Amino acid sequence: MVLERSAYLSTVQARHDEGYIYLADLTCVDYLNNPTRDLVDGVSLERFELVVNLRSFAPPAIVRLRVQVPEQDPLVPSIFGFYPGAEAMEREVFDLFGIRFEDHPDLTRILLPEDWEGHPLRKDYGVGRVPVQFKEVKRNR
Amino acid sequence: MTNAIYTVIRPEGDNRFGLVQETSEGLQELGDRATTSTAALAKEIGSTLRIPEGEAELESDSDDGRMIINMGPQHPSTHGVLRIMLEIEGETVLRSKPVVGYLHTGMEKTAENLTYLQGTTNVTRMDYLSPLNNELVFCLAAESLLGIELPERATWIRMLMSELNRIASHVMWLATNGMDLGSTSMMIFGFRDREMVLSFFEKTSGLRMNNNYIRVGGVAADLPDGWEDDVTAIIDTIEARTHDYDELITGQPIFRERVVGVGTLSPQEAVALSASGPILRASGVPWDLRKEMPYLFYDQIDFDVIVGSVGDTYDRYAVRLFEIRESISIVRQIIDRMPRGPYRALDPKVTPPPRARIDESMEALIHHFKLFTEGIRIPPGESYVAIESPRGELGCYMVSDGSARPFRMHIRGPSFVNLQSLPVMLHGGLLADAVAVISSVDPVMGEVDR
Repeated sequence: MVLERSAYLSTVQARHDEGYIYLADLTCVDYLNNPTRDLVDGVSLERFELVVNLRSFAPPAIVRLRVQVPEQDPLVPSIFGFYPGAEAMEREVFDLFGIRFEDHPDLTRILLPEDWEGHPLRKDYGVGRVPVQFKEVKRNR
Repeated sequence: MTNAIYTVIRPEGDNRFGLVQETSEGLQELGDRATTSTAALAKEIGSTLRIPEGEAELESDSDDGRMIINMGPQHPSTHGVLRIMLEIEGETVLRSKPVVGYLHTGMEKTAENLTYLQGTTNVTRMDYLSPLNNELVFCLAAESLLGIELPERATWIRMLMSELNRIASHVMWLATNGMDLGSTSMMIFGFRDREMVLSFFEKTSGLRMNNNYIRVGGVAADLPDGWEDDVTAIIDTIEARTHDYDELITGQPIFRERVVGVGTLSPQEAVALSASGPILRASGVPWDLRKEMPYLFYDQIDFDVIVGSVGDTYDRYAVRLFEIRESISIVRQIIDRMPRGPYRALDPKVTPPPRARIDESMEALIHHFKLFTEGIRIPPGESYVAIESPRGELGCYMVSDGSARPFRMHIRGPSFVNLQSLPVMLHGGLLADAVAVISSVDPVMGEVDR
């Protein structure tokens, strides 16, 4: 289910009231330079996609919300009020993608050190390399 | 922060904070909750300490006897490099904050640069106590995008291995829990039993841990000859020994003193905090993905979901002990029903051809070469697959862009999410009980930090 950012909180609330009381997973994908996403009518696709999996226990069901988050203004409302378990997951997404959550009680880095610069799981964050220098082999053995 | 947040964590009908309480001065009525300020509420019932990691002192009125101490990251009872900041008042723990990330190696980023064949070697190192479950969820996610059908034997072998892994992991938990609570003999017994399962893994896959045995399209190798006898010997021994452990631990007064009623988590709290696995079930929520949303062939197997009633540390112990017995009964059913046939899909684009074919068939040689240089190409799409690992809901969210490497691979680690319920369990308890409670959450830091 692909959503605009403006419809995120109201959809979560509606699902929560329907019985989707368990937050299974909350993560994010950076779709920089990936044109393979399916187009959905009425929703403009953005660079970041917040992926939220909600579970209902009775009957057993799972629903996946894919929220579009624009690159210029990566700010989404926090769902901590409905699912207190979202706290660590939202902190992880903030840490690794740099998406800010409005009204989150403690939006700080969780996996990386507090003074780390950049957000590593963004596609434009380079993977570091250690240069390898091969030693010269002696010819006349 | 609004009060609505706390009504979710501490729901109505939870009379631990009843308005009329018995004191040494007789019955005394507390003030109405609505008149309490948010800051005071946070002190009273808010169990998560939300201050920066480097902070060593409380920001306000720190002369009221409260102080902050750190447990870990170098502490024998923290199961790796877990650090917990505890706000204590005398011997009582008020708020706490698990500080994680000391083992972060960017495995999700690494996964984006590995092919699907290499990917299993990466995920298997996350939860190092149940590596086969991690491989399983990775392969299920990739296969759901690939739309491939597996031979029956491959699926049954996967079930067998993942249940044996659950037994090994829970036995290992009994061992470390025993060590945390001062029962050194239990530690030795647990490691001894786990070793039997690991040597079977070694016989099958070549490695004790980090097996890389379950691959996209099936498993790496068929079960060794005479595996039925090996597995039967293992589960018969462990089943007999669980009764010994019952005698050794379950009724033992010192053990019961330390765990009964300690670190209670109500079902509402467990669900709200997204806890899963034995923690959720010990709180009384009968939720097991194997039963409720079956994957593999769990719908053809007869087993019970073990549920606790109080949600304390003792229940979490009991749930794990009984789950060992359930897993043993599942393994027995698997042995009876294991079909013959190929152990991996016969699709040359996914699984390599048999070695003998390469010498005689040009086509097999090409397939072999393409598979090991380029890898498996998976059609574009996204998929979330979750399985029940020994620690809870282990999920894998995979996005493919059509190339041979996942565009994004996210693992929902049960230990990572379960750690959030730790402050609620510790709240109001004694500092000495913290060790027992941390141990009962069973966090594996490799999976928490990834």
